[in-house]
Amino acid sequence: MALLEVEAVHAYYGNIHALKGVSLTVDEGEIVTLIGANGAGKSTTLKTISGLLRPRQGHVRLANEDLSAYKPHQIVAKGIVQVPEGRRVFGRLTVMENLEMGAFTRTDGKEIRQAAESVFALFPRLKERQHQVAGTLSGGEQQMLAIGRALMARPRVLLLDEPSMGLAPALVDSIFDTIKQLHATGTTILLVEQNARMALQVADRGYVLQTGEVILSATAENLRSNEMVRKAYLGLT
Amino acid sequence: MLRRVLESLSLTDSFMWLTGGAIVAVIVVGSAATLSMGRYSGRHWFDFIIFGLAQGSIYALIALGYTMVYGILRMINFAHSEIFMSGPYTACYVAMALSRSGFLESQPILSLAVIFIVAMAVSTVIAVLLERIAYRPLRTAPRLVPLITAIGASFFLQYTFRGLYGSGFQAYPDIRMLQGAWLLGPLRILKIQVVVILAAALMMAGLYLFIQRTRIGKAIRAVSEDKEIAALMGIDVDGMIVRTFVIGGMSAGAAGVLYALMYRQVHFFMGFIPGIKAFTAAVLGGIGNIPGAMLGGVFLGLFESLGPNLFLDGLGVPSPNQLKDAIAFIMLVMVLIFRPTGILGERLAEKKA
Ligand SMILES: Nc1ncnc2c1ncn2[C@@H]1O[C@H](COP(=O)(O)OP(=O)(O)O)[C@@H](O)[C@H]1O
Ligand SMILES: [Mg+2]
Repeated sequence: MALLEVEAVHAYYGNIHALKGVSLTVDEGEIVTLIGANGAGKSTTLKTISGLLRPRQGHVRLANEDLSAYKPHQIVAKGIVQVPEGRRVFGRLTVMENLEMGAFTRTDGKEIRQAAESVFALFPRLKERQHQVAGTLSGGEQQMLAIGRALMARPRVLLLDEPSMGLAPALVDSIFDTIKQLHATGTTILLVEQNARMALQVADRGYVLQTGEVILSATAENLRSNEMVRKAYLGLT
Repeated sequence: MLRRVLESLSLTDSFMWLTGGAIVAVIVVGSAATLSMGRYSGRHWFDFIIFGLAQGSIYALIALGYTMVYGILRMINFAHSEIFMSGPYTACYVAMALSRSGFLESQPILSLAVIFIVAMAVSTVIAVLLERIAYRPLRTAPRLVPLITAIGASFFLQYTFRGLYGSGFQAYPDIRMLQGAWLLGPLRILKIQVVVILAAALMMAGLYLFIQRTRIGKAIRAVSEDKEIAALMGIDVDGMIVRTFVIGGMSAGAAGVLYALMYRQVHFFMGFIPGIKAFTAAVLGGIGNIPGAMLGGVFLGLFESLGPNLFLDGLGVPSPNQLKDAIAFIMLVMVLIFRPTGILGERLAEKKA
């Protein structure tokens, strides 16, 4: 049984029909990637899962429970946590305060401190800067903070929207290492990427999205060798 | 070099700088003249300063509501002056009942507590209803729409309270404990002013700690910065907006009681002038900035209290105190022209608007 299930979702921005019947599933412990060109509807899919956008048709379910009645903050409490595109850390809050906000749905102070310690173990840089205002961090550090902040909620499903965007190659590698590490500890991840090459290396399965529709879904291995994917998304021939 | 600078100056720019320069010149020359005249003794200046601090701390408490609501919704809640009026006006009737029963006389501290609680509760309820009924449905409307609604709500509340309590001035019962003065060596200091300053300082310190240190305070700051992301962190955005209005209502209600105790009367229109002054203070400190609002309020109170005598007396202006409102608003205009982001403000306009 799928942990997260998106079933035939249609979503709109005003009159713009952004998702045209998107279906996908993520099983417990899997990394599933959603790849596609700019404007394909990847972020929109994640926004719909998080409840920022309401599907006009179709359903989003977590462990078989329909989420359509819940507001975004309640969906977080259910265990779906998103790292948004472009990081968007709270620039005027300190690193530590950002992490505390990530843990907003949790109330046990001791558990929250432990969670912060494990984020610091994952990203030692953040520990050094914990009292610094987040707006002063570098792009890579902000991405670490955005991921760390989401982990503070102890997500059942982590949604990552283009975590490698705008980062130097060395940082991209380290972010993907982190993703692998999270996978190894059993975190369930839905990874949205334009960097299809990297995404297909870490993922178990993948979906290809094009103008609001899933045009292909297969294991990562099969997608890597698929003719169309190689041409359009991996830049190979 | 100089020529290029001159050419790049537009007509309005030069006019603004000239006006600003003239005002600064008046202030400098006037102050020098007043001081050399020696008409006011140190004791007078001390009185002006204490009065300015008391008046300023009331502005500061009101300004907090403007600035926090602006911070979280990017709108000026023009009905905030009526939130300020509604609490102490209602509590006035409680105070009169307490006074008639003799309770006010025998238990002044307890009575004051009751008056504060009633006023803060009424102001808070009005603030929360306003958010719920007038502003929340317009959350996604263009920015001008809630602004106009706020002005409408302001009139609606004024006339509702006029209908409820009448259009006359209502005297606040005397609280004997707060009357009279303490002597500090050669200086006399009015008890009520000390009480106002201390009470306001205490509330502001509490509020600042709440916003800085507590989980809810941090969440309010997070929502002020980015609502969508705050929601993605599991923060109930609407809940934090309501809490912001609660804080604004509580501080406005408390400020209203302090104001009523100082001036000993209430009126359905009593919020108007302090409201505009507090808005000025919030802009002065950098709207959206909480310490800025506190600083702006105190600064405006002092400026208003010292300004007329200090700047204008020496220039031979008759009864300069009648010009204190004008002085406050000239300062607002100056700030808007020369430093639109306020004293502590960041470039909010560019980043968020
Ligand atoms: N806030 C918005 N308002 C209107 N249209 C939008 C908005 N956000 C995205 N879109 C449109 O929806 C489509 C999908 O966008 P998005 O999900 O952001 O794509 P991706 O994340 O795959 O790059 C695009 O055509 C985009 O222009
Ligand atoms: Mg996107």
